[in-house]
Amino acid sequence: MDHKIDRRDFLKLAGLGGAVFASGLSGWAQAAKSAGAQEFYFVQLSDTHWGFKGPKANPDAANTLKKAVAAVNSLERKPDFVVFTGDLTHTTDDPKIRRARMAEFRDIVSALNVKDVRFMPGEHDASLDRGEAYQEFFGKLNYTFDHQGVHFIALDNVSDPKAALGEAQLAWLKQDLDQKRKDAPIVVLTHRPLFALYPQWDWATRDGAVAIDLLLPHKNVTVFYGHIHQEHHHMTGHIAHHAAKSLIFPLPPAGSVPKRGPVPWDANAPYKGMGFRAVEADAEKAGYRIDERPVVKG
Amino acid sequence: MRTTIHRWWATLFLWVAVLGMTGTPAAATDAPVIRLTAKKFEYDRREIVLKKGVPVVLEITSLDRMHGFNLPDFNLRADAVPGVVTRIRFTPDKTGRFVFFCDIFCGDGHETMGGTVIVKD
Ligand SMILES: [Cu+2]
Repeated sequence: MDHKIDRRDFLKLAGLGGAVFASGLSGWAQAAKSAGAQEFYFVQLSDTHWGFKGPKANPDAANTLKKAVAAVNSLERKPDFVVFTGDLTHTTDDPKIRRARMAEFRDIVSALNVKDVRFMPGEHDASLDRGEAYQEFFGKLNYTFDHQGVHFIALDNVSDPKAALGEAQLAWLKQDLDQKRKDAPIVVLTHRPLFALYPQWDWATRDGAVAIDLLLPHKNVTVFYGHIHQEHHHMTGHIAHHAAKSLIFPLPPAGSVPKRGPVPWDANAPYKGMGFRAVEADAEKAGYRIDERPVVKG
Repeated sequence: MRTTIHRWWATLFLWVAVLGMTGTPAAATDAPVIRLTAKKFEYDRREIVLKKGVPVVLEITSLDRMHGFNLPDFNLRADAVPGVVTRIRFTPDKTGRFVFFCDIFCGDGHETMGGTVIVKD
């Protein structure tokens, strides 16, 4: 490959400052896995909003998810796992349609050639019925798992329509964190930003600050989330928060326009602003290298 | 700036009491009252014009289901509950245009449910 970068050096950097490297480099994923068993990579997809109809925002809404699945399947290297960080489906008042959309979504993503696929709810999936339908199809609303030395915590800040984690879940989080060493590598997955990114557009979690306070004593915490339909990077203390693009339509940067609404589809640049990301993790250094990927190759 | 959000039952009691005595939706205060009624997916006012330094009472309710009222620039929020009037008293201490929005997910249209508070000198 033409693109030579020193991967180890990068990971060192990322581990120190939570720095982010979002690149168009295409070669990295082809690099053979090094001998260190503590390195792995996963794919984050977000805000697919299956069932959404809005030709101005996305005239290809019926195919976008399928194209994203194909793009993941054509990655040079197979990810260890895939995680969907919420708003799998677009909301509906009709419980039958909600379940139909979830069934279709599950069907489409079953074409992923990755065995380990994890789901999380967004407010569109779970807020109107407190996650009832979601749990029938995708299991628990919040959970933890461990992969190659990294502890993953999936937090649910959407099944409560008030966009809160709630006391029970915060107690659960505390109990989980209490069992971890202070330097353990931790990745938090969630839908809405835990910090107050832009409260004027409701880009926040009502009790997100409590979760951040619980996480702060831990030295190696990184958060991956969705909801805001664009790439965004922010630090709260030493904790890095990385928002992923959407797979249905992009939203404008916080406060850049009077009203939050989809960025119109650009026929000259289809899928502009949409995509998914590959995250290369080094558990030992708690470093994460983020590679933003398009829906279709340009 | 202090805000008071009455418990719904206290509010309801007061509301009924006031209505019963006067037959008009006046609040037990001399601050002007602004009623704000929520329904899917709008409030009955897109704009609320206020004067800086002049106290006001917002009376918030809903016609169909639970909604929220959130005015982050003044750190104000309340639930909009059908059959209940929630009162918030506050004094705008800065001029400008400030968004308010529904912060309780209410369906396909929730994201556009909101308006603007305009505070003038
Ligand atoms: Cu609402």
